[in-house]
Amino acid sequence: MIIFEKASKSFGRTLALNNVNLALPEGKIIGLFGPNGAGKSTLLKAAAGLVRLNSGQVTVDGKIPQQRRSKLAYLPEQNTLPPNWTIKRAAEFYRAFFDDWDNERYEKQLEFLNLKDGMRFTRASRGQWAKARLVLTLARQARYILLDEPFSGIDILAREEISKALVRDYSEGQQTIVIATHEIDEIENLVEHIVFMDNGRITVLGDADELRHQEGKSIVSIMKEAFRHGSK
Amino acid sequence: MDFDAARPIYLQIIELHKRALMTGKLKSGDQILSQRNFAEQYKVNPNTVQRAYREMEALGLVETLRGQGTFVTVTKKQLRTMKDETANHALHSFICEMKTLGFTLAEVLTQVQETWEKEASKR
Repeated sequence: MIIFEKASKSFGRTLALNNVNLALPEGKIIGLFGPNGAGKSTLLKAAAGLVRLNSGQVTVDGKIPQQRRSKLAYLPEQNTLPPNWTIKRAAEFYRAFFDDWDNERYEKQLEFLNLKDGMRFTRASRGQWAKARLVLTLARQARYILLDEPFSGIDILAREEISKALVRDYSEGQQTIVIATHEIDEIENLVEHIVFMDNGRITVLGDADELRHQEGKSIVSIMKEAFRHGSK
Repeated sequence: MDFDAARPIYLQIIELHKRALMTGKLKSGDQILSQRNFAEQYKVNPNTVQRAYREMEALGLVETLRGQGTFVTVTKKQLRTMKDETANHALHSFICEMKTLGFTLAEVLTQVQETWEKEASKR
């Protein structure tokens, strides 16, 4: 389990994480929602062990994230792969780097998402690029998968394909997938657990169907309401 | 199909199946989608699908046979009860609406008769 305890992080005067206490439930697809600048990316980076907290702590299965690298697959919002690489080259790099690389999974997802691994990133459309980066992340058998804005800037068809690829890949109960996005619509039915952030704090938390049942509203409406309350 | 975003998805998955049973699209013995295929096709969380299937199993509407799939096991009696419940629900809201509009029972009955016949002649 990934647990945040009194976690705070500031960038200059901006408090990206404001005393966050949060336990991400195991084995679920979790939607980390919130407006731009809410602290979603910082939360994910902290879980991946890529930012130093100012105070508090984050643990992954009881240890600091840096000691759990092999269990964490993190997809940053910005591409970090050299653009002149082919998908194949990137896959070889990943395979050499990560012990949990699953080549069968990689090839299946490539086929499912209609990608050719000889394609260079410079030749790829935004959608193809996003799909390729996702395939590379999901090809690891990591216990925790952290995806930062996997849908940003891509068309609706590619989004749908990515959603389906996520369902396809997800092995129930064994993987925890956290998807940070401000575009809720696409994955509203895909996420089982909701974490909503605003101004560095967690403002809504819970099981998606329970929230719909309790409020009689869509997740989007619940978020909007929480956001309005929060900004008053 | 699109789910209503404001209501629990697992309930809507059950309703979807109940509807197919009541309209005869699904019959006893028919195989339904595997949980995984359902999740993929409708882009719904696999655990949500699992919850719906489990509940349908508890209701005795379907049965899952290991390694073979999920099959419809609904009885005639269950089907009758489901239809009665649905009809009651529809009648109730219809009657409330007609009452609100100030119609008498006799007027409503005449209207029902006429509209029913009109619909029947269309087909």
